[in-house]
Amino acid sequence: MTDSNTSLSHLDLETPEKPFLDANELVINMGPQHPATHGVLRVILRLDGEKVLGLECVIGYLHRGVEKIGEHRTYTMFNPYVDRMDYVAAVSNGLGYCETVERLLNVEAPPRAQHVRVILTELNRIASHQLWLGTHALDIGAITPLFYTFRDREEILKIYEKYCGARLTTHAFRIGGLQYETYTGFEKEVKNFLTFFRPKIDEYEELLTTNRIWVERTKNVGTISAEDCIALGVTGPVLRASGVKWDLRKAQPYANYKNFDFEIPTGQNGDTYDRYLVRMAEMRQSVRIIQQAVDALPEGPIMAKVPKVMKPPAGEVYHSIEAPKGELGYFIVSDGSTQPYRLRVRPPSFVNLQALDVMCRGQLVADVVAVIGTLDIVLGEVDR
Amino acid sequence: MHEIIQYIESYLTSDKTPGAAGNMFWALVYIMLVFAGLSVAVIAMNWLERKILAHMQVRLGPMRVGPHGLLQPIADAIKLLLKEDIMPAEADGFVFWMAPLIVVLAAFTVFVVVPFGPTHAITDMNIGILFMLGVSSLSVLGIVMAGWASNSHYPLIGALRSSAQMVSYEVAMGLAVVSAILMTSLNAEGTGTLSMIGIVQAQQAQGEWFIFKFFPLGLIAFFIFAVAMVAETNRAPFDLAEAESELTAGFHTEYSGFRWSLFFLAEYSAMIAVSSIAVTLWLGGWLRPFPNLLSGSTWDLLFSLFPGVTFLLFAAICFYNTARMPKHPLFRIQTIGLAGFGAVLGVIGLVLFVPAVSVRVQDIFWFSTKVAGFMYLYIWYRGTFPRYRFDQLMRMGWKVLLPMGLGVLILTASVALLQQKIWHP
Repeated sequence: MTDSNTSLSHLDLETPEKPFLDANELVINMGPQHPATHGVLRVILRLDGEKVLGLECVIGYLHRGVEKIGEHRTYTMFNPYVDRMDYVAAVSNGLGYCETVERLLNVEAPPRAQHVRVILTELNRIASHQLWLGTHALDIGAITPLFYTFRDREEILKIYEKYCGARLTTHAFRIGGLQYETYTGFEKEVKNFLTFFRPKIDEYEELLTTNRIWVERTKNVGTISAEDCIALGVTGPVLRASGVKWDLRKAQPYANYKNFDFEIPTGQNGDTYDRYLVRMAEMRQSVRIIQQAVDALPEGPIMAKVPKVMKPPAGEVYHSIEAPKGELGYFIVSDGSTQPYRLRVRPPSFVNLQALDVMCRGQLVADVVAVIGTLDIVLGEVDR
Repeated sequence: MHEIIQYIESYLTSDKTPGAAGNMFWALVYIMLVFAGLSVAVIAMNWLERKILAHMQVRLGPMRVGPHGLLQPIADAIKLLLKEDIMPAEADGFVFWMAPLIVVLAAFTVFVVVPFGPTHAITDMNIGILFMLGVSSLSVLGIVMAGWASNSHYPLIGALRSSAQMVSYEVAMGLAVVSAILMTSLNAEGTGTLSMIGIVQAQQAQGEWFIFKFFPLGLIAFFIFAVAMVAETNRAPFDLAEAESELTAGFHTEYSGFRWSLFFLAEYSAMIAVSSIAVTLWLGGWLRPFPNLLSGSTWDLLFSLFPGVTFLLFAAICFYNTARMPKHPLFRIQTIGLAGFGAVLGVIGLVLFVPAVSVRVQDIFWFSTKVAGFMYLYIWYRGTFPRYRFDQLMRMGWKVLLPMGLGVLILTASVALLQQKIWHP
């Protein structure tokens, strides 16, 4: 890996030196209250007519100090807080946190717990991608897919509700395994969902994949090269759409992903359309993983032996998982007490958002909206 | 007194529109009828759009205010009227105030020449279609004024987009219209007409709707118009001027309450207006469908039953839903209301079977049905298509529709000339 400074230099991230109000320039404030900024993102756009000369993101409107809260809660108490970061992929957040603390404690969840974790996390990936698809299509002006995806996402949320009582911020996992055994008929319902969901992906694709306007609006829009992605630390589907075959589920297998057979879908052009295709393919791969996991669900305990009062040995650990939006990492420093000395989250949305300027420059206003949608950011995670 | 009654009665036997016949009384009555009808149509359209769109999107749409949300548009209208009227501090007051008025005026004035039937129009102008296109394009002035006067960035961009879009699509639209007008001159005298009523009468005389004329030339011209009219009215997938996800609400971002509702009213009546142009020019206006295939007095009689049957069908739908209403006492008023609505529709349906009435309103029925078909298309587009980007929209207007329109115009003219000079010298 080259020095980050040198590899970033060709991006020319500074806006060109110009008087503040050039006669051709329009400075426009998009957000924090705007229908297409997915929450409270504020983007300051410099426009020449419809063309974007540059933009600046202003974040922090949803800052809740999650990392600081972590220093004042015990390891167990902090677990529900991570659900509130990326609230559309709460299960993934929980998985990342639990696994990190498990590494710190040097325990491993039993196989049955691992399998259930994989099932729920992959269901969550589908739910997250569904929400992305609906809102992304809505941003581009197709209002109908949103309702189709929400209709089908409901089935996933029902499974969560039956499993742990919550639908969105689930707090599904515990450090060391699971708190709840799966409910009666869990496997059957998951399998039913898979048979129900497979044709639904085709339905979404039928609406959009070959839709002329959709293709025109997404092809060659917000293009980012693999080098730029790596230089900016962009991960997840955005990176894969640029042609880099990097998925932590394969690259650094966690949970028990190494037991499952799946592919990493990649694109070539790194444009919005490729990112759309990659995410659609990822949903199909998730279905594949869940099918394998639910078919081979082992019997056994669901909780490893963890102490009631968790006092991990002093030390530090960084562990990352492939969240629906990219690499979600937790860095925890323990001083041997019941609370982390320092807890740091590497949120995929925050890092991916850096690429917005690179992707939007020279495009039109309408593309900014499309690019924000395709980056699939959740402001709860950006601001934490 | 007797003279007045005679004056009023004299029109009933006339075969001209009240404006053309110079009958002031009936002209005023028609103005009021058209205005009221239009307002009802906008209200109905509002409800229908929400319901149809909702059902396309696996939702129910408004269900609370009145049975199946039938009173929702009225509730919305009351809400809008009661809302505080906000004018931005930095806005140009007079222009801000004028803009919605101009838009509404332009949208309503065009209905002066819309031919609901050979005698059912406020007036018949010999420049009817020009008047319609001219007045309806005035609304772009109002939109630019609204965008400029708001003194805010989003409305400004919205207004610029909107004006550029409307101006460029008007060119393609005009070419399509000209090729339809050319077809009106295919008669013994070789004289065409710009009168809206004359255009429909020409289709009647030639025994062919212009959409089927010189197949596929008429169809292509109609297609160009059908695309351009969606762009002209700023509706999805060409709703860039009010692109919700990009510009919040486009040119009317800063408008609220009654002023906003004027823009809303204007948008829907503009949709009805351009649909009326399309119906008049290509779909035979007030003429009933299949005039050639199913001709003869039996078929005429059968088709004259259609208006009544349609209303009875609506009434039946109402009664069916009345029977399906929850039997809870809380729903009693709604159930009675729905049954009453059905009864009113049923009575209208029965009245429409009276031959004297049926003969006079058939034209209006067929015209409105065709326009309603276009309204459904508008809703369907909105539920289906993503939004075009500005450059793509411009490219389509100038590089696709305009050359197509020119080609169709030249071809239509050539074929018409050949037909007149060579085949029927």
